[in-house]
Amino acid sequence: MDCPEVISSIKKSLPDFSALAVSQHYPDEIFIKVSPEAFKDTSMVLHKILPSPVMMLFAVDERKLTGVFTLNAVFVNLKQRQWIILNMDIPQENPYFDSLAKSIHSAAIFEREIQEMFGIQPKGNPDLRRMNLHDEVWPQGNFPLRNDFKGMVNGNLSEYKFNRVEGGGIFEVPVGPVHAGIIGPGHFRFSVAGEPIVNLELRLGFAHRGVEKLFEGKTCFDALRLSECICGDSAFAYSVAFATAAEKISGISIPQKAAYLRGIYLELERMYNHVSDIGGIALDVGFSFPAAYASVIKETILQLNEKLTASRYLKNVNVIGGVSGDIDDAKKLILFDALKKIKKDFNALVKMLNSSVSFMDRVDTTGVLIKKTAQDLGVVGLVARASGIPTDLRKYFPGVYSQAKFKMMTQEAGDVLSRLELRFSEFVESCRLIEEFTIKLSGSRDMQVNSVLKQESALGYVEGARGPVLCWLKTDAHGVIARCKLVDPSSHNWQGLSYAVLGNIIPDFPVCNKSFNLSYSGNDL
Amino acid sequence: MIYLLKNRILKGIVTKHIVASPAKEIESVGRELKSLIQKRFSRSLHIREVDTGSCGACESEIISANNPIYDLQRFGVNFVASPRHADALLVTGPVSRNMLLALKKTYQAMPEPKFVITCGDCALDGGLFKGSYYVHGAVKNILPVALHIPGCPPSPLDIIQALLKFLHGNEFVC
Ligand code: SF4
Repeated sequence: MDCPEVISSIKKSLPDFSALAVSQHYPDEIFIKVSPEAFKDTSMVLHKILPSPVMMLFAVDERKLTGVFTLNAVFVNLKQRQWIILNMDIPQENPYFDSLAKSIHSAAIFEREIQEMFGIQPKGNPDLRRMNLHDEVWPQGNFPLRNDFKGMVNGNLSEYKFNRVEGGGIFEVPVGPVHAGIIGPGHFRFSVAGEPIVNLELRLGFAHRGVEKLFEGKTCFDALRLSECICGDSAFAYSVAFATAAEKISGISIPQKAAYLRGIYLELERMYNHVSDIGGIALDVGFSFPAAYASVIKETILQLNEKLTASRYLKNVNVIGGVSGDIDDAKKLILFDALKKIKKDFNALVKMLNSSVSFMDRVDTTGVLIKKTAQDLGVVGLVARASGIPTDLRKYFPGVYSQAKFKMMTQEAGDVLSRLELRFSEFVESCRLIEEFTIKLSGSRDMQVNSVLKQESALGYVEGARGPVLCWLKTDAHGVIARCKLVDPSSHNWQGLSYAVLGNIIPDFPVCNKSFNLSYSGNDL
Repeated sequence: MIYLLKNRILKGIVTKHIVASPAKEIESVGRELKSLIQKRFSRSLHIREVDTGSCGACESEIISANNPIYDLQRFGVNFVASPRHADALLVTGPVSRNMLLALKKTYQAMPEPKFVITCGDCALDGGLFKGSYYVHGAVKNILPVALHIPGCPPSPLDIIQALLKFLHGNEFVC
């Protein structure tokens, strides 16, 4: 096989680089296996030359077959439209690897996760506190994602250590996990000096349900339903990410019509999320009429979803190999009618918000995440675009989006207003995309192909409402899932929030938080 | 401001008429509790919601039940910010280990008389997460549950109808 371009680029920075194996099973995935000694340096080079955050970093327990754990770091090469999976073996005795966290921030949370789930030490990581398996309820020494994990064994419990800010006049304000509103569970600990926040520490993991373990041993067809229940407001994006991985493994490509339909449903999902967030931002500064107005638009979209697919959250629509629900001529009419109404209402909503000086005053320059910080943290998706980072899988891995001439939107300032305005423009673009896709839906051609799964692994990905939803899937010889690693954009972005709120006052936290709108369930899995 | 008013007038009233469909009696509630609830809470019920690890869709539908179209508030049902103000606890999710303590504490913080409602298949028995190493599953094994609202997620209409039927018996119409 030809040596992929990326190898020669790595060699430019690391002259004595040599890979143990390089393969390319799919046009969009390059797999590079390196020795444990070369892993860290290669990761750093990839991080710099692509440039890409660590999009995923995860371990796989392959001790039964090969006697080792493997570690995989996934980077994205947007320009070449490729994903690069860097892989190394970790021996099973006294397993460890050299931590990347000090050089690449985006690796930090993944390393903590590998440590708690597999008991593999990221050597040199300064923060190894557990995230999802809380010290207060889960005894040490239980590693649930190891294959030989049989159930929790009692042992020592301990307590989580929060980072503390000390000094005269510093107050600590703990909030959650049960909040005042109807939202997911998470714990925030603010340290304030007078009014401004000087530190925000997040403790998440309250919604941890052991999702990745539940995938193991299921067939892909059963697991598809589970994928829809991980993060309810991105149910469709998750099922697409999962289904694409399964489709790659079985070597099929879905019919064009199914691709358009998926595009339509993905954009509908984005629209109801965006408008819900816009309403939420208005509500969190006490501007209740536009908030109610937005909730009516959201309801219209959810009802449209139900009319088109019999599910308000687009569940049970995706299948492996395509989609099950067609949009026939009658439904097209319903769709166009609804879109017309939605667009009209949305314009009114935008005008209401834009014309209120006091509202603008609350969101302008609030909760700024500057581009440099966003890049350093490896923030992704909508939040990254609002801070001026051009990243959108719909542009770089377009599929049907290229036929609809998708236009990526970005903003520069990185404040609440930027994230709000980005949602305005993306909402309008989504409407347009849906219309384009719907026009292209032709006749009664197939919407599904059959698939047979074999032993393989593949990466599925899609740009959901918050950003890239990633799903790395590995199946065994019977097509049963051996490992499924999911990454929600929120996992990358929570850190961004804790930087964006610095210097703001606590009363502005809700609106900052809403403008990020990160998922608890998707992050905690 | 004028633009707001204009939109307010143009939009008119979007609220839907809701009729509680006469269906089977809710079984899970004891007769005594039921009469108590009907006597005490039928005109004003304050609910505190707790997410014990739901996917978020149940929350989204609970919020939708409060939007101007369904407007749950007109029936006297309010969502409150603190368990201290609540008559009922509405629980979603399969009870992640990390949320067990918070769930119990929230319940303890509520004044008597109080009762628990579960929302969504997860809260009934763990749903798709049943059997996971990190979920306790059924809320009813942890707290006494008076009413369950089935669905994944239940729609706003399901939620409202279940609550109204529960509060007023079958004859309620609005
Ligand atoms: S019942 Fe369904 S919608 Fe509700 S939390 Fe569980 S998975 Fe989500």
